[in-house]
Formats: sequence, C-alpha cells, structure tokens
Amino acid sequence: MAYNDKVIDHYENPRNVGTLDKDDPSVGTGLVGAPACGDVMRLQIKVSDDGVIEDAKFKTFGCGSAIASSSLVTEWVKGKSVEWAEGLKNESIVEELSLPPVKVHCSVLAEDAIKAAVADWKKKKQQPQG
Amino acid sequence: MTVKTPIYMDYNSTTPIDPRVLEKMQPYLRDVFGNAASRSHQFGWVAEEAVDYAREQVAKLVGATPAEIIFTSGATESDNLALKGVAHMYGMTDADKLLLDSIAKGHAQGTLPNAADMVPPRFGSVDLDAIAKEGAFELFKDRGDHIITVATEHKAILDSAKRLEKEGFKVTFAPVHKNGLVDLDALRAAITPRTILVSIMMANNEIGVIQPVQEIGALCREKGVVFHTDATQAVGKIPVDVNALNIDLMSISAHKMYGPKGIGALYVRRRKPRVRLEANIDGGGHERGMRSGTLNVAGIVGLGAAAELCTKELEAEMAKTRALRDRLWHKLSTDLDEIFLNGDPERRLPGNLNVSFAYVEGEALMMAIKDVAVSSGSACTSASLEPSYVLRALGVGDDLAHSSIRFGIGRFTTEEEVDYVGQLVVDAVRRLREMSPLYEMAKEGIDLASIEWAAH
Repeated sequence: MAYNDKVIDHYENPRNVGTLDKDDPSVGTGLVGAPACGDVMRLQIKVSDDGVIEDAKFKTFGCGSAIASSSLVTEWVKGKSVEWAEGLKNESIVEELSLPPVKVHCSVLAEDAIKAAVADWKKKKQQPQG
Repeated sequence: MTVKTPIYMDYNSTTPIDPRVLEKMQPYLRDVFGNAASRSHQFGWVAEEAVDYAREQVAKLVGATPAEIIFTSGATESDNLALKGVAHMYGMTDADKLLLDSIAKGHAQGTLPNAADMVPPRFGSVDLDAIAKEGAFELFKDRGDHIITVATEHKAILDSAKRLEKEGFKVTFAPVHKNGLVDLDALRAAITPRTILVSIMMANNEIGVIQPVQEIGALCREKGVVFHTDATQAVGKIPVDVNALNIDLMSISAHKMYGPKGIGALYVRRRKPRVRLEANIDGGGHERGMRSGTLNVAGIVGLGAAAELCTKELEAEMAKTRALRDRLWHKLSTDLDEIFLNGDPERRLPGNLNVSFAYVEGEALMMAIKDVAVSSGSACTSASLEPSYVLRALGVGDDLAHSSIRFGIGRFTTEEEVDYVGQLVVDAVRRLREMSPLYEMAKEGIDLASIEWAAH
C-alpha cells in the first residue's frame, strides 16, 4: 500500500518524540493500546496554571500511520487549551492524514491517548499536592 | 557503498524469471504456437515435444518419472487437486453413506426407477442391491473421511481442507513445536483407520522450516495413508527426491524457482502405490484425465528450463544463499539486542530469515526500509488485521508476531545488498526503538507482561 505524503513526513520527521517527567504535577500521561494489537501510544502534555498546553511529547510502537497520528496530535495540541485537546476528534486526524479505512483505528488510538493524558492531568490536579 | 535500489529481498514470495529461462520460453510465445494436443500436424508435434522434454526436466529435479508429472496452473491448483482429488477418489463421508442408503432403499422398493443415475459419479459404479441389503455404512466401512494437515500450512491447503470439511470430511490440524517442526508423536496419534490423506508442507513459506518429510512419508506408508506435500518453497532450493522421501503427491511451482508465474505441477506417484485422483477440472482429458485444459506450452517450457537450472546449480546456490543469509543474521544479531529468529535455526531453507525485532512494529520497520522489498507478519500488512497465523501456531506472542520481518535471499542477491540492508535495518530498528514507549519501559525494568493493556 502506498503511503500518503503527510504520513511519510510525520513518520520520517516525527515532531515531539520524547518523554516528560510523569511525576511532575503539571504533566498528564496517556498510555493506550496493547502490544498484542500491534500498537501502543504514550502521549504526554505539560499544562500551565491557566490550562494551556505548553509542551507535548509522544512515543509510539506501531505502524507508520500510528506514529504519524500521534506526532500530528502533539503538534496540534501545543499552545492550545486542555478543553480544545479534549474536544479533538479522530475524524480530523483521518482527514488531515488521508488515512484509509484500515488505518482509522490509528486515529482513534491517538484521540484516546490525548484524552487519557488530559484525564491524568486533571486527576493529578484534584489530588492534594504532597 | 553503491547498491542499486530498490532491492528485492522477498524471494519466498516470488522470484524473477532467470534470463536463461526466458530465452528458452520466447520461441513458444511467438512462432511455436501449436496446441500440444494436436496429434495430426507438425505444429502440434513440435509443441508436444517441448512439453515432453519439460516433463523430463521437472521429473529429473525431483527423482520422478515423466509420466508422474501433471502440469497445472501453479501450486495452489496442485494443492487443490491433491486434497480434493484424493478426498473424492478415496473418501466417503457419513452424509455420502446416508445418501447411498436412501437411494438403495428407493431402488429396492421400486420408488426410484432411476436410482442408479442418482448415485454421484465420483463413487463410480456401486451395487445398489448390495447396499440395500447390507447398508452403505457396513459395505463401505473401509472408505475413510479423515484428513490430517498442519496449522502452519499455506492457505491453499488450509482452505481446501476447510472446503472438504464443509462437504462432511473431518480434518485434523496437527500442532507444531516451537521451532515450527511438526510434532511426529501427535501426528502418529492423529492417524486413525478412517484417515485417507496426510498433507504436510516440505518447507514453510514464512519461516522456511523444513519438515521431516521422510519420516512423515514412512509413517503414512506404514499406515496405508496417502501422503501429499506442498513443496512449493522447497523444490529447486533443497534436494528433493520423491522416492527417498516417501512422497505420494507433491505440489511444485515455477515462479518460486526462477520460472514464470501461472505454471506448476503436481507429482502423482504411479507405482508402489499407484495414486489415483478425481479431477477438479473437467474437459478434454489432458494430463491423463487429471487436469483438462490446453497446455500452457511456453509456461511449461519455462518450468522445465527452470528445473534444469536448479538441478545443475542447486548445490552451489544453496551454499551461496546460506552464506548470505548467515551474513545478514550475523550483522543483525551482533548489532541489535532483543531480536529473535523465528523457526528452527538449522532445519530451514538456505535463503530464509524470519526475525522479530522486539518493541518495533513490522510495518513501521518496512516503511523505514522502503527501498527494500521484504515481508512482515504484522497485522498491519494484511487486510485481516490479524498477525501471522504461522507465528501464532509456533507460540510466538502477538507482540513479537507484529514485530516480524521475513527476508528472502535468492539467486540474484549480492553481498553488497546484504550489507546495505543489514545496516539499514539496524539503523531503522534503533531509530524506531528510540520512538517506542515499550522499549523505554523495558529499559526501565518494567515487565510489559505485568501491565493490564486495554485490548482494542
């Protein structure tokens, strides 16, 4: 199967690969997928006090489309509010990367990852700082 | 380093036509166009002569006699013919026997005046009076309905077996050991008095393991069961002798041994024992009635020429491809940690290397080496979204099945290509592992198996 140019670009030049300190209270981590299914995404966001995503990092085990989907999401959410990130829909990723039907699950996983990251950050915020 | 890209390293999938083979074929695509079945003029005679010569070339490669070679459109057709042909010739299902009983009953009671015409032709002439008297189950108690094959077979075998299952035959899919080799004890235990056929491939298309065909053949002889082997990957790659290996039926493909696509053969033993088949394709009675259809003369000439080259060059080619394969494995296993060879390391085709690169997904790796043609057992490369059923049958975890790459090395592979690909793969795996959350977790000492992953 031939890959879309945007997928190839993200795959070859992935944005924001890396790791944020998961113990930092301003960092939210989302880890979704399963090795047995062939894809695992870890998406992390660092959120400012006024709810703006200052930084985002990812690491992904998966096919080119999975890597591209997570790379794209980190690029999109930087500088946006957590509410914006929460409202992100996988269809936008499908559209931007022109993913074929067999690769739609990669975009679903990326949506799940960013939502899990925001949820993790919220959970931390509610807990009293020790 | 200067190598020409793209690089073809998928020889288990198909092989290019050897230029020497193409040269032999060309006249038969142009001037020599006669129908090999035309017995009344020289156009036909010349074509028939070419077919006869090719039959000898193929027979010689596998130690058969020319009359035992039936040309087909390829190994898939050969597999279908072997399984369905044997099942229908020798087998009779319970449903068949019930049918015969009711026809015989109608015949005896006079309610079915055309009873004899209602007997399916594949049973030949049956004695309806005897059936009415003794019952089909008693009369045909020696006609079995059981077939044994293996979980790691090619789909052409598995799906033919499943088709027969739908017709009422019973199929056992025998297990394999972790190294991909068939469990001989389990196989022996699976054979019953009702078993009519055992079909086990000689060499696996994904992991290249070579089954103990000689032992399996001896076991089948001992039990009086027909033995078929799909030798698509083996013929022309390793020495094959149908007598030494106790083979009754064997599928052969031209395009896996530097011949053209669309042509293959089925070896059908003629002596000790003589194996009979019901044809799948009816028509003009070509190929001793087992496979009708005007012969593909150019293709057959190509298959014959390819077989002759393999007969002459097999030993040297085995040594060459094995050395290149071992060179690639040495490079990968020296430079990378946590990589696993799938399939037995010794009993395997010389040109096959199937490796799982832990923490890296196969399709992503293929994308990183996009100028190199290889295959992957990853689900993402298949339409089904299921990882390789062959690796699963070996007990390879789904995660490692997703991480597998099959390298196929062959006649035209060079040392430069192997070195180039080796370095490319090493670099790509390192880059993708830097991007892999699993690799990071594993390096931190987290046991990935202890995590409750949400399956999706």
